[in-house]
Amino acid sequence: MNVLLTFLHQAILQGIAILFGATGEIMTEKSGNLNLGIPGIMYMGGIAGLMGAFFYEKGAEQPGVVPGVLISLLWCAVASALGGLIYAFLTVTLRANQNVVGLALTTFGTGFGNFFGGSISKIAGGVGQISVKTTASGFQATIPILSDIPVIGRLLFGYGFLTCCALIIAAAATWLLVRTRVGLHLVAVGESPATADAAGINVNRYKYVATISGAVIAGFGGLYFVMEYLGGTWANNGFGDRGWLAVALVILALWSPAKAIWGSFVFGALYIIYIYIPGVSRAMQELLKMLPYVVTILVLIMTSRRNRPEDQPPASLGLSYFREER
Amino acid sequence: MHENAIELRNVTKRFGEVTANDHVSLTLRRGEILSILGENGSGKTTLMNMLSGIYFPDEGEIFVNGRKVTIRSPHDAFELGIGMIHQHFKLISILTAAQNIILGQKGPAKLDMRQITGDINALTSRYGFDLDPNKKIYDMSVSEKQTVEIVKVIYRGADILILDEPTAVLTPQEIEKLFYVLRRMREDGKSVIIITHKLNEVMEISDRVAVLRKGQYIGTVETKDTTEEKLTEMMVGEHITLDIQRADPASTHRCLEMRGVTVRNREGFKVLDDISFIARTGEILGIAGISGSGQKELLESIAGLQHVESGQILYDAPSGAVEELTQKTPKQIYDMRIRLSFVPEDRLGMGLVGSMDLTGNMMVRSYKQGRGFFADRKQPEKLATEIVDKLEVATPSVHTPVRNLSGGNVQKVLVGREIASAPRVLMVAYPVRGLDINSAFAIYRLLNQQKEQGAAVLCVGEDLDVLIQLCDRILVLSEGRVAGIVDARTTTKEELGYMMTSGHVAAGRVVNSAQAGQAASGSSPSDEAQSESGKEAR
Amino acid sequence: MAAKRTKRVIHMVKRGNMTKFTAILVRILAVILAMIVCGFVVVGVTGDNPVGVYRGIWDGAFGTGQRGWVTVRETVTLLLIAVGLVPAFKMRYWNLGAEGQILMGGLVSAAVLLYLGPIFEDWLLILIMLAASMAAGLLWGLLPAVFKAYFNTNETLFTLMMNYVAMQIVTFFVILWESPKGSNHVGIINAAHNEGWFPQILGQPYLLDIIIVAVVMALVFIYMTRTKQGYELTVVGESVNTARYAGINVRAVIIRTVLLSSAICGLAGAMIVGGASHTISTSTAGGRGFTAIIVAWMSQFSPVAMIAVSLMLSFMDQGAVQTASQFGLNENVSDIITGILLFFLIGCEFFVRYRLEVTTVEIEDGKERA
Repeated sequence: MNVLLTFLHQAILQGIAILFGATGEIMTEKSGNLNLGIPGIMYMGGIAGLMGAFFYEKGAEQPGVVPGVLISLLWCAVASALGGLIYAFLTVTLRANQNVVGLALTTFGTGFGNFFGGSISKIAGGVGQISVKTTASGFQATIPILSDIPVIGRLLFGYGFLTCCALIIAAAATWLLVRTRVGLHLVAVGESPATADAAGINVNRYKYVATISGAVIAGFGGLYFVMEYLGGTWANNGFGDRGWLAVALVILALWSPAKAIWGSFVFGALYIIYIYIPGVSRAMQELLKMLPYVVTILVLIMTSRRNRPEDQPPASLGLSYFREER
Repeated sequence: MHENAIELRNVTKRFGEVTANDHVSLTLRRGEILSILGENGSGKTTLMNMLSGIYFPDEGEIFVNGRKVTIRSPHDAFELGIGMIHQHFKLISILTAAQNIILGQKGPAKLDMRQITGDINALTSRYGFDLDPNKKIYDMSVSEKQTVEIVKVIYRGADILILDEPTAVLTPQEIEKLFYVLRRMREDGKSVIIITHKLNEVMEISDRVAVLRKGQYIGTVETKDTTEEKLTEMMVGEHITLDIQRADPASTHRCLEMRGVTVRNREGFKVLDDISFIARTGEILGIAGISGSGQKELLESIAGLQHVESGQILYDAPSGAVEELTQKTPKQIYDMRIRLSFVPEDRLGMGLVGSMDLTGNMMVRSYKQGRGFFADRKQPEKLATEIVDKLEVATPSVHTPVRNLSGGNVQKVLVGREIASAPRVLMVAYPVRGLDINSAFAIYRLLNQQKEQGAAVLCVGEDLDVLIQLCDRILVLSEGRVAGIVDARTTTKEELGYMMTSGHVAAGRVVNSAQAGQAASGSSPSDEAQSESGKEAR
Repeated sequence: MAAKRTKRVIHMVKRGNMTKFTAILVRILAVILAMIVCGFVVVGVTGDNPVGVYRGIWDGAFGTGQRGWVTVRETVTLLLIAVGLVPAFKMRYWNLGAEGQILMGGLVSAAVLLYLGPIFEDWLLILIMLAASMAAGLLWGLLPAVFKAYFNTNETLFTLMMNYVAMQIVTFFVILWESPKGSNHVGIINAAHNEGWFPQILGQPYLLDIIIVAVVMALVFIYMTRTKQGYELTVVGESVNTARYAGINVRAVIIRTVLLSSAICGLAGAMIVGGASHTISTSTAGGRGFTAIIVAWMSQFSPVAMIAVSLMLSFMDQGAVQTASQFGLNENVSDIITGILLFFLIGCEFFVRYRLEVTTVEIEDGKERA
């Protein structure tokens, strides 16, 4: 029983970073932009948030939790938005190929994260291992009484505020897409930019806004990982392939942020299930780690075979749009 | 309110080397229906796209309600009350009708779909449309989709409506309904532009007619003061009597036969329904019909590009053997050494490869020739040079990508290639679409040459005058069925038009006089087609 | 009465044709701009003199004969992968799975070295390794290709996912083969007698790599431009309808072309394992599968451009490693510089294809929106 609860709790902890990434990527893809730079952007968001908190804690006499948290959120948002902006500018304004830009952005972003993660102490004058305990404690704080409820307290409430944010953002994104005018227009842009354009929707603005806000949401995933999951430290490539898992989750969730919520728990569970299956050798554990990707491939195949219009990727995904092209 | 809803002054639009609109000036009065008439490629759609914000003019001025405006986007057009219904529907298939209708509309951030659906229902019942606002577009038929498009524009309260060839995809009843709605709008004081090349519709619906020819504005006339003949003259320029040299068919015998062929499209709709006919060597069989009546599918099923659900396609080889083409792939047909040539409607989408040069495009037919792994480029290059010389293709060299050629030259390259293989069956779809008169006549000559050399020619056309003067027999398609087959030398445009829209032969008319004197009055058209094929079958 | 005023509006016009020379000039300009931006970044971060940093980069890439050779080796490896991607891209098939195909090729190469190393002669071993790596890459490309051909399954996402499956398989074998036990590393395979290592030719360590890549590259370009199959795949890429019209078996062509593409990527795995690292790990491919996509796309399939772009990227990469240690930065600075360089190069293509025109538009007050 206890093991099961721990497993579920850990699965959710793992899943949240992926959920942020997937929600951000869904919003981006709904505008027709296949942003393969999301893994890089998550690195950028993570390191920028960490650096913000680091410089604040280093500079302040008595660093407070709240300013630390706010500063790291702000830095993370700015850096991720910058990543989204680069992508949007190159693909929308300069009409470069989306796959190529995305991959370049992931190269850049991963390098950005690892570079600053690795050399931040040198830049700051050689303080050794970076750690932002104060700020991280803010990210890791759980709701006192509720999370102390025996048995289920930790499973239901043993998370920092970003977890809550991830769920709210995913739910809000779904609501936005399904129930609002902006969402309708966004879907239209991703399905058929020419139609949206003809209907008087500013296609480029939607693409920019969706891509940049998607990048910010994804960036929070990186921040969550660094602050809540790792407790305010940086490990080179520590984030691993979670960014790609987020891209995979978009497929599993059939481009719906609400479905991405449970999908992220499933991915989180699949990602760590090897720890909880007794008697599995180290080598076999590695094979089990491929499960999320295998599941994604199966979903991809199944949806392309079933061919239900609603389950397909946005129709213009990956294509740039230029009105006067004929 | 200014008396002119729209005024265009010297509007010019170029696409690279091509001038689509050359200093066009015209006016649309408030509360009138104006037809814009012109042949394919005369620049009608391009001109209207500048009003709806799809294109931006290179030169010239646009006035709306007497005020000079800049229309940089469809949004700007909306703001000015201009709504355009495109030929290719701009609808999003995974959304519902209602969602499509409100797309791009301003309003409360949160969507109240119940209220919106109610508004739409009120609107549709007022105009007598039949539309379920909650139906998804991908579940809809073509005319339902058009209804959504029109309701969309009305819902937005546009007072200037532009319809781009709206009747091309409609049945006669649907056309009547559409015209009824348009007249209702005119009564409301709205201004309507309808793009078309069908003269009878022009005469029926419009108050005035503006004529374009090859991107140039020719003039505007009051409908009541003009006739179809005068309009035709304006449309085609100096009066040209089609003087196609038509030889009588010689040594005709059966070459290709369709027996009860039925083809369904992806939506399960029967696009060809029990088609039977015979094509003979040494004659040109014309195929007429409202666009989208199954012409494309008919040719494609012979070429092996459509899945034939039932029925047979038979080919009589010169040796006397009868071979079955049903369900054969293009490669199998090629391997059977049947010289079947096909000029499809969508030239750059099917017949040619836009990014390849002329030589590369010759290879589409010939690259398989010869043994071995390597493709021969010498022969195709020679052929390309020959075609350029013979058909006077205007191109810098045979190494120019065909995408960079003009429409007429693209067509010449395609027809030239298809004829080069000395086909026994030659299928052409709209062979002169977008071509100037001289090029068109060059193509007619080529088709007649092929016929005289003993090919069975199938020619899908839209211009009935041409079909009547070019072909020996004309098969009329109507909604995927054979409405009848008539002798081109004795038929009239009116008769063809009647068959196209009604789906059967006029009562009392003797059909197929060219064929063993079979009188067909009284029998239904499909029976007749079947009995015809039945008699000639082995 | 509204007052008239004028406003400048920028809009984009497609260029007729830019001369090759100008196009190259635009790209060189982009590289120079990227260098300047990178300079600012480096200075901003470290406070060092950018000229010194660039000298460091040059030094790192070509400072010594050994470094020069490594740069060349990296260049040809990247080039091989890019060449492998060309047929698939020409067919408009987005093979993002090169990374996985390289890994699988590298994995079986390592297996050949480990298990067959003591048995066979060196030349035979190398031949087996090359063949096996191609087979492995090919198998890794097979599944997405078949599903693309039959169900039109999105290959961009499918091949991408296959990379991470490959990565876990490699990790699995790394643990199986690790030496010493528990280290999570395979270590240098056949370190003692170098069985199956690519030999030196004429005293040059990486000449064999160059020969292999030159041969493959020549073959691929002959295949693309001279053969029936190359013609078929080009037509399929351009228009599936035209391909069907021409009697091309579209499914067969898709599968065949992707198999060719992924086999070459697999071969790159053998070149990395047999010719350079002599070990296997998840970083064997090291993102080259992705970088090569950029190389192939930016070069627009021109062989000369592919060599130039590969050389430039490898040069930056190798140089940055050196600079990093020289200035006490970490080696990831190379990714940042590469990234910036790519952004500029990708972006400049726009200016090759379009030009901006400023037109003055007369407007009435209050009637114009931005």
